[in-house]
Amino acid sequence: MRINPRITNRLVRWGLVAQAYCTVTVLVLIIGIIFFKGFPQVNFAFIFSFPQDMGRHGGIFPAIVGTIQLALLSILLATPLGVGTAIFLTEYTRESTFTKLIRFGVESLAGIPSILYGLFGFIFFVIKLKMGWSLLAGVLTLTIMILPTIIRTSEEAVRAVPRQLRIVSYSLSASKWETIKKVVLPAAMPGILTGIMLSIGRAVGETAAIIFTMGSSLRLPLSLMESGRTMAVHFYILAREGISMEKAYGTAVVLVLSILFVNIIAYYIMNKAIARYS
Amino acid sequence: MVMETKIATDKLRVSFGKVTVLKDVTIKVHRNTITGFMGPSGSGKSTLISVINRMIDFENNVRIEGDADIDGKSILDGSINPIELRRRVGTVFAVPIPLPRSIFENIAYGPKLKGITDRTTLHRIAEDCLKKAFLWEEVKDRLSTSALKLSGGQQQRLCLARTLALKPEIILLDEPCSGLDPISTAKIEDALSELKSEYTIILVSNNTKQIARISDFSAFFYLGELIEYNTTDKVFTTPAESKTEDYIQGKFG
Repeated sequence: MRINPRITNRLVRWGLVAQAYCTVTVLVLIIGIIFFKGFPQVNFAFIFSFPQDMGRHGGIFPAIVGTIQLALLSILLATPLGVGTAIFLTEYTRESTFTKLIRFGVESLAGIPSILYGLFGFIFFVIKLKMGWSLLAGVLTLTIMILPTIIRTSEEAVRAVPRQLRIVSYSLSASKWETIKKVVLPAAMPGILTGIMLSIGRAVGETAAIIFTMGSSLRLPLSLMESGRTMAVHFYILAREGISMEKAYGTAVVLVLSILFVNIIAYYIMNKAIARYS
Repeated sequence: MVMETKIATDKLRVSFGKVTVLKDVTIKVHRNTITGFMGPSGSGKSTLISVINRMIDFENNVRIEGDADIDGKSILDGSINPIELRRRVGTVFAVPIPLPRSIFENIAYGPKLKGITDRTTLHRIAEDCLKKAFLWEEVKDRLSTSALKLSGGQQQRLCLARTLALKPEIILLDEPCSGLDPISTAKIEDALSELKSEYTIILVSNNTKQIARISDFSAFFYLGELIEYNTTDKVFTTPAESKTEDYIQGKFG
């Protein structure tokens, strides 16, 4: 028996609409609950004061600073490495067993659970290289962890730049590097920024790998060799050890808002780049 | 009048893998003329110009034999820097491809690579080149808007202006009007006719009428061979080869 295409059409349409609403509902629920429970906690003092009594009272200032330090430093390390690798893979090599091997390695790295990165960071950076639980060990571990994302997104972005643009650039007497710098990278910038944003999200939201490498000190990390904690770790410990659910939700609100803030800034930069190079 | 040779090839043979696309082509292109290269697709005319600007370097698996020189100096020599060569040999491609930035930045691209950074100098170059490409009047008030917003015909004239900004000696145009309307085509042709007093121009075209209209010399290529080469008058009125005649009359191609 054949079903009337108009009916199938309608069914599919309703199905898809329902799916879209499901997704949005889940998102709204999560954000809604977090804000409902946590927003009353958030005020000037919460953001700018130190925690007291393990975080039961006071604010989360060191965790905010720790998050910014960790995310910023790992992005600063991983971006040049990742974009460099992507350019090497797309512009300076022909497809070979070697490049396939690198690509396979990158894909595999991207699929490893973060706790394994934490374990590796703990054994290698914290113990073997005697860094102890420190910002530095955390940054290095996180750098390795986000590198695959940056490489993959950058490589796709660089590869998507039309060959003709490069040819035109060469025909106007540009060298290979000038072409990459002036034509390929600007055109790939939105894609690269997307990768960086995804990585910031991962860095800011990570707990397992951080606890193993950066530790969870509540002090403000003033040097690379000091331990510290990020908002996500703070949230995890507050909730896990039953210290204060209110403060945990307050931390989550700040976390969500800061991710939103980073995204807004990234979109702003992206739009500027697109406006300039189009 | 005595014609000075600008570009010369000697038994130039180009193969991609096992396929030979240019077969022992020997031709002399004269200074300050427009030379039309015509022939059906696959005749090797585009390959020939990609040797002259060394853009062939970006193809894989190429073998080049014979020689090609500009002003009597080989350009296939290892001592030639292709980047500097491309400042002397400008290229306009079939499809206009503006760089994704402003009109001004498109023209400034080449001069900036040469190290010219002074804004006034760059603006003077832009104005001068846009005038020569017959585009100035249409864009003079919006140099900072995106080049991608121009029409196809305007984009192609921008590409010509951008090439002129390199201050080349030679301009190669690879079917520059293939996607353009008749009015845009006429503007490009007018620009070329004025430009030949300063430059040596090679125009690759499938449009035999266009070659007849504006070129001084015409070359007919077929399956990688140079079949006939003479003044445009001779080629179009009394072609020596029957293949040339058939092609011009549109019997094949």
